[in-house]
Amino acid sequence: MKTLSNHAPVKGHLPVLLPVRRVLLSDIPLQDRLFNVWTAAALLLAFVAAAVGPSFAQAEAAPARSIAAILLEWTPSLALAFGFNVLISIFAMAIGTVMGVGLGILQVSPTAAVRKTAWVVTQFFRNSPWLVLLFYCILLIPFKVSLFGVSVPFPGWIKAVIGLSLPVMAYMSEFMRGAILSIPTGQWESASSLGFSRGQTMREIILPQTVKRVLPPWMNLYAVLTMATPLVSIVGVNEVMSVTRAALSAEGRVDLLIPMYLYILCWFFIYCYPISALTSRLERRFAVKL
Amino acid sequence: MDSVLDWLRPDWFFDLSVVQDDYNRGRYLAGLWMTAKLSTLCILLSLVVGVVGAAAQGARSRTLRVLVGFFVAFFRNTPPLVQLYFFYFAIGTILRVTGENGLPQPLVSNFGWALISLSLFAGAMNVEIFRSGIEAVPKATIEAAEALGYTRLQTYRYIVLPLAVRISMSALGTNLVNLVKTTTLAYAIAVPELLYVAAQIWSEDLNVREMMNVLLFSYVGIVAVLVWVLHRWEKALRIPGYGG
Repeated sequence: MKTLSNHAPVKGHLPVLLPVRRVLLSDIPLQDRLFNVWTAAALLLAFVAAAVGPSFAQAEAAPARSIAAILLEWTPSLALAFGFNVLISIFAMAIGTVMGVGLGILQVSPTAAVRKTAWVVTQFFRNSPWLVLLFYCILLIPFKVSLFGVSVPFPGWIKAVIGLSLPVMAYMSEFMRGAILSIPTGQWESASSLGFSRGQTMREIILPQTVKRVLPPWMNLYAVLTMATPLVSIVGVNEVMSVTRAALSAEGRVDLLIPMYLYILCWFFIYCYPISALTSRLERRFAVKL
Repeated sequence: MDSVLDWLRPDWFFDLSVVQDDYNRGRYLAGLWMTAKLSTLCILLSLVVGVVGAAAQGARSRTLRVLVGFFVAFFRNTPPLVQLYFFYFAIGTILRVTGENGLPQPLVSNFGWALISLSLFAGAMNVEIFRSGIEAVPKATIEAAEALGYTRLQTYRYIVLPLAVRISMSALGTNLVNLVKTTTLAYAIAVPELLYVAAQIWSEDLNVREMMNVLLFSYVGIVAVLVWVLHRWEKALRIPGYGG
């Protein structure tokens, strides 16, 4: 739908009010009239209906509940389990962020040995698969630790949180290193000329400035972490995926499979899509200012 | 404290049944081969998905753009594990053919589903990466190509794509490393790849710690090989004076 208003004003011409052009339906190319966001959505709905449709034909034969009724019935349990996923992701993000910021600062330490060690740790955890790290933590952290006579229990989900926080730590460490190195060195020099110690410079001048640069990748990392939480069902922690599979085996209907999995996919989509949309908006906004 | 000291006992690192036992070694190598095969095929297929998708997003047709945008948004924002389950358990259960013995058999094997699902997941990311690479190609370059009489396809093939590939190289590298790491998900649908084989070995021989260490170092090694290959590729593609 192009209007005349997006012509650049030509120098030397008086600004003239252009006649209002009504966009007629026939002006829009046939292709655009037929295919747009709405038709895509309708196509998706039609596809889902086609996938679900045969089940209704079966439902007529035997007096069974409709797919929608079953999904609705399971929604409270699924919502509870999904809430647990969110909880795991928040805890893992909190632990991983704190450790990652620390590791990232160590990565720019003036001591070469500390810097190298922090780099190796970061690369190691960044390049090993999430699932393997999860297995590592689930199987090798004892279920109870006795420290000075106090026994601290470690249930499976806490071990899973630790397992998920390790890669988060490594990614966060890389983001921090990049952000700290992207601050102009002049800032360090002026701070030291003002008598700031290294620690003070870091705390009061450099770190506050990194927040803006780290925020978009950090949010993106949170979305990635949330999408990794179903992994904990593989190592035997109950969350939305295990509840889904339990629900599917309780119902025992083949026609429920596609709607149920699509339903869960939609849950994650609804939770993660706004985060990544906001991330790309922030990225664009900050990119202009840099 | 004892358990902490136990971690440092050398025999946990050197008592490797993977090296000593012929049977376990064979299984481990088979798992390694499977992971290598799955990774390579996924990388190739996801690159194809990425190039085709990015081309479709630059197309004049609105339909294509909207559909590809939809595909990318959906696959990027849903968990890969749930996608894999969706393909394997939901679609795989319905897509069945009658086998020779008259019983229904799955049309696509679990390896096939892992390949399809992971390639689509990584491919969706690649579409975004290539698209931003294509957008970074200066408009003047494309106009110059037009002025020289290149057709749209020729511009895309000879001008835009070679430049876009070089621009998106580093983001692509990160995504491909992620893809190799994500192949461990195939464990969930019993594809006998490295993690699956390792789990078999440790549940039979009860040597969880050694196998875990072997596993971690194997994956770090595989990723290191991939990073090295990508680095070489990036170096080979480099145009002097263009890009960092």
